Amino acid sequence: MDFTQLIFGRLTLDAFPVHEPILVATFLVVLLGGGAVLGAVTYYKLWGYLWREWFTSIDHKKIGVMYIVLAIIMLLRGFADALMMRLQQAMASGGGEGYLNSHHYDQIFTAHGVIMIFFVAMPLVTGLINLVVPLQIGARDVAFPFLNNFSFWMTAAGAVLVMISLFVGEFAQTGWLAYPPLSGVDYSPGVGVDYYIWALQVAGVGTLLSGINLVVTIVKMRCPGMTLMKMPVFVWTALCTNILIVAIFPVLTATLALLSLDRYVGTNFFTNDLGGNPMMYVNLIWIWGHPEVYVLILPAFGVFSEVVSTFSGKRLFGYTSMVYATLVITILSYIVWLHHFFTMGAGASVNSFFGITTMIISIPTGAKLFNWLFTMYRGRIRFDVPMLWTVGFMITFVIGGMTGVLLAVPPADFVLHNSLFLVAHFHNVIIGGVVFGMFAGIYYWFPKAFGFRLDPFWGKVSFWGWLIGFYLAFMPLYALGLMGVTRRLSQFEDTSLYWYFVVAGIGSLFVLGGILAFIMQVYVSIRDRERLRDTTGDPWDGRTLEWSTSSPPPVYNFAFTPMVHDLDAWWDMKSRGYKRPLEGFQPIHMPKNTGTGIILAGLSVVLAFALIWHIWWLVIVSAVATAAVAIWHTFDYNRDFYIPADEVTQAEDERTRSLAGGSV
Amino acid sequence: MRAYDATGHRRLLTAALVLLIPFLGGCDMVVMQPSGDIAVQQANLILISTILMLLIIVPVMALTIYFAWKYRASNKGADYAPDWDHSARLEIVIWSAPLAIIIVLGTITWISTHKLDPYRPLDRIDAARSIPAGIKPLTVEVVALDWKWLFIYPDYGVATINELAAPVDVPISFKITASSVMNSFYVPALAGQVYAMTGMETKLHAVINREGEYEGFSANYSGHGFSHMRFAFHGLSQEKFDGWVAKVRAEGATLGRREYLEIERPSQRDPVRHFGSVDAQLYTAILNMCVDPAKMCMGEMMHIDMKGGAGVESHGNKERLEYDNRYQGPLTVPGMLHGAGAGAKAGPKDPHAGHEMHGDDAHSHGAH
Repeated sequence: MDFTQLIFGRLTLDAFPVHEPILVATFLVVLLGGGAVLGAVTYYKLWGYLWREWFTSIDHKKIGVMYIVLAIIMLLRGFADALMMRLQQAMASGGGEGYLNSHHYDQIFTAHGVIMIFFVAMPLVTGLINLVVPLQIGARDVAFPFLNNFSFWMTAAGAVLVMISLFVGEFAQTGWLAYPPLSGVDYSPGVGVDYYIWALQVAGVGTLLSGINLVVTIVKMRCPGMTLMKMPVFVWTALCTNILIVAIFPVLTATLALLSLDRYVGTNFFTNDLGGNPMMYVNLIWIWGHPEVYVLILPAFGVFSEVVSTFSGKRLFGYTSMVYATLVITILSYIVWLHHFFTMGAGASVNSFFGITTMIISIPTGAKLFNWLFTMYRGRIRFDVPMLWTVGFMITFVIGGMTGVLLAVPPADFVLHNSLFLVAHFHNVIIGGVVFGMFAGIYYWFPKAFGFRLDPFWGKVSFWGWLIGFYLAFMPLYALGLMGVTRRLSQFEDTSLYWYFVVAGIGSLFVLGGILAFIMQVYVSIRDRERLRDTTGDPWDGRTLEWSTSSPPPVYNFAFTPMVHDLDAWWDMKSRGYKRPLEGFQPIHMPKNTGTGIILAGLSVVLAFALIWHIWWLVIVSAVATAAVAIWHTFDYNRDFYIPADEVTQAEDERTRSLAGGSV
Repeated sequence: MRAYDATGHRRLLTAALVLLIPFLGGCDMVVMQPSGDIAVQQANLILISTILMLLIIVPVMALTIYFAWKYRASNKGADYAPDWDHSARLEIVIWSAPLAIIIVLGTITWISTHKLDPYRPLDRIDAARSIPAGIKPLTVEVVALDWKWLFIYPDYGVATINELAAPVDVPISFKITASSVMNSFYVPALAGQVYAMTGMETKLHAVINREGEYEGFSANYSGHGFSHMRFAFHGLSQEKFDGWVAKVRAEGATLGRREYLEIERPSQRDPVRHFGSVDAQLYTAILNMCVDPAKMCMGEMMHIDMKGGAGVESHGNKERLEYDNRYQGPLTVPGMLHGAGAGAKAGPKDPHAGHEMHGDDAHSHGAH
């Protein structure tokens, strides 16, 4: 082994794609944009502020916001991939070759799927749960505040690894689930699959720990009176989602660990030869993968339940049935995974079983839809932006549900599996369900997090961009699927497909408009924050506890732990003429900020990078350093402090004045 | 049900579907208008399931829009019942309506999944005709290669690359395997797809009812050459099929183990090739991953395992069992980055280099 190989592993200058013009241009844009941001932060001397108030913060609200910021940044990357695919498919179906070779195109669709699921949808869900759940259950923070910060940074570390792969080396060219043997070292000898594995392993640590954290938070930290059947539906869905996370992410971790053993030390779990079995990987990855889609959709269902009831000015119809529907979906989501590979040769009885269990999920889901419908019935519906997303969801999601049940019929799946019909189906439920839900949730809870509303005009532009864009982009894909066009193609022989891809491309431009309008909305809202200011803490005439405190809430959330007597706790308090306590404040016990989370995550990035590039000395150094920091942190007993009663009184008095001013 | 009626029905139902999705007019929806009986039944199933679900989807969508409009805040005339949150009668309806539909759909699923099980030999030619006595199904052995298809006709002793043909109204029995990674064998006009996997055999039974040229392809992403992994499927009359077989046989090339090992290597956009004679053991050898005589066949390994395994001395077999090695060799660039086309990956350390396997590089590596 020569010296440079000892130092740099398989990392050489060739790993930097200096002769790929698209990548060089992207790199320059990232460099300029990133440089501008870093420069501005330095110029305005914000590093200290960011470090103290955000990066090291263990405040669940700030961590929630950071998750959402991460998701929006990664959405831009994932969506850029989507635009590139749309352009390539439109060009290639028009009779040309397009502008991307298969090496590049195959990375793009893999990265698109990985980023959108792991680094957009997941952080959005976790971020919103983090921000809202402790407030809704009347808690001061999550159960393990440091773990929360650490979880966020591990998720961000995974995202950083995916971004590094853009400029150093390559990303996987295997599809987002990296089926072996294609993802095995024999058929994918490069670093792409290793980036994939380690990005997901690092982020997976964060996801699992955050799942444990939130389960414990919801189970143990509800305020007095909030029995399980008095929890807001969003808390219920968050609980079920995090139980799912705790149950399934270890499966993903183990599966990827087996794959990396195959790749690194020559075991044969999933190889063709020496007794390996790739079908086992397909089973295992979907045992994680199917419940994962419910991890994403359940919190969206929770958001819609909160929104529909608030903006209809009505109690949620069928709360009990909503809770049981959520639980039934949670349990059933474990016994449907085989429907992702009916075509792998299982017997008819096995296929029928999994097809029928899949269909059964549509019963509680259908019940949920009816419950939202009858919440609107005899309501007074205010069509603020979150309600627009909700109605858009109800119309769009049933189409995705229908095509989903269709795909659950095995003989129908034989002709639709892996087709663009399938692609259209899962975008239909993920965009029409998860994305719509998360945007509804962001608009709904934004004033709680920052004390001012988002601008409604740009919110509506964003909504219509996404809604119209979704239909234009994916209805042609349904049709293409029925025309026998399969997924992941970069070249086409049939030029009659051209116009379908053009319409889909135009649709993706509408979605781009929706995304840009969202960014514009945030910018305009920050600029006009005085116009959009909410001093009441309760801008929507809300029903649940988070609206009872100020916006943004004080670091301790509630000066006195609330008492709950009804499902719609805050609505109930308001209708009984609740008076805010004005004196008698006590010191409040709070956790201290710590930089350990970001340091550990940074070391994990180094460790993963070293593993990816076979830089063994760095693997050892960073592994030892990671363990050392983690152990050192356990001896740090100086982790809490008391907010003095004076300070609490001061903060609460300020709110009293602001409330009085607001009511004039 | 007579065949003619079924087709008429399907047109009507397809028309209904066309109205639902505005982009479907005028396009060639091969999945909905296939030419083989199995695919026809699968298309019918799609339509029946869709209609069943629309029974509940359409009212939900209509009610959503109606309620959203009727109970808008500005409509002060509408009822307002802020505390109304429960109705046992409604709850029963909203749980039982989807349940009823799923019971029906579940029953259809159970029956159709068994009836259309790709492993189940056909019991009819189409809706009107059962299988005539004495007709022998056509067997085709399908091998997914990087990135082309090999079809072996054991009944005729011929083989083709990227071209498939079958006589109309004769049951076809496909045996499907692969040489390296997972693919999916799919001819939409003929029948649904089944995965092709290395060292394993999957099965598909189908029949083509109309003469014509149809498209087939891999429906499971398998690497850089995946987009071009397409082939033509010819549905021919019996005479024309016999003529086609005669033509393939006349073209004369031989497909033995050595030729297969050459063809097996990665290549893209391969032209159609015909082989007039085929090693009768070739398919079994491919399936057992031992076309290379230096390799141990899976069957033998499984036999050893069945006998309790070979113990420590089995270590000597390891090399004979290593199969996934055609991409190995020194990496030209870290991570096989740029311009690493398909052919470039089979490095100089190719295990078959000693067997004069580099003879026709341009051919086996494709032109891409």
